[in-house]
Amino acid sequence: MLLNLTIFLCLVFLGYVFGRHAEKKHFESILERENQYKALLAFSARFPPADMAISESKLVGGTVVISIDYFKRLAAGLRNIFGGPVTSYESLIERARREAILRMKEEAIAMGAEMIINVKLETSSITKGAGDQVGAVEVYAYGTALKH
Amino acid sequence: MIISNIEVIPGRQVATHLGMVQGNTVRAKHAGKDIMAGFKNIFGGELKSYTELLTEAREEAVARMIRQAESIGANAVLNVRFSTSSISAGAAELFAYGTAVVLEE
Repeated sequence: MLLNLTIFLCLVFLGYVFGRHAEKKHFESILERENQYKALLAFSARFPPADMAISESKLVGGTVVISIDYFKRLAAGLRNIFGGPVTSYESLIERARREAILRMKEEAIAMGAEMIINVKLETSSITKGAGDQVGAVEVYAYGTALKH
Repeated sequence: MIISNIEVIPGRQVATHLGMVQGNTVRAKHAGKDIMAGFKNIFGGELKSYTELLTEAREEAVARMIRQAESIGANAVLNVRFSTSSISAGAAELFAYGTAVVLEE
């Protein structure tokens, strides 16, 4: 009993320390790359700009799977009792979406594109149905890259 | 074969519309990868093995869609959409569909 409690507290502590650190680093890296790629526009218009001469259009996409840490999962579990915004999942999904968009942009930059239109985001939980394994989110961002 | 998720290909005209084509694949998680993912569930962070698995699976779904489009004589697939569903614990279905067309040269 005491051993179980110790293991549990250790996991919560490890999750808190490493999870916080990983999240902070990830957000820094996201901000840096977003700044770096900001010249490449990505938006959800369905048709290309009428006055743009396009030589190439290609489907590009980026995918990422991110897991929540133990501490945040516990915090989210507590939220389920009291209700209200589940911030631990909010930041997880935000990270995943922004990362997926960045990866999509990387692919578009590699082909020398000017913009990405009709960007769609798809989210799914790959561990859905696997009991208490919940806590990983998969985001796929895709769109059509256009080149002058 | 041109694959696009918009409804037009700039500068090209659609000559024939061939209807919907689709490709799907179901992938199961690898036990070893699952253990690693279990660790990641403690520390948080990206599950690289799953990212790879899904990228691979999505490419496979697109490849199958292309094969179907080729078999009916299309040279482009427009308005492509992706979809994911988890049909059972530990397996994910990746699904790609779009409209097969013949573009004028």
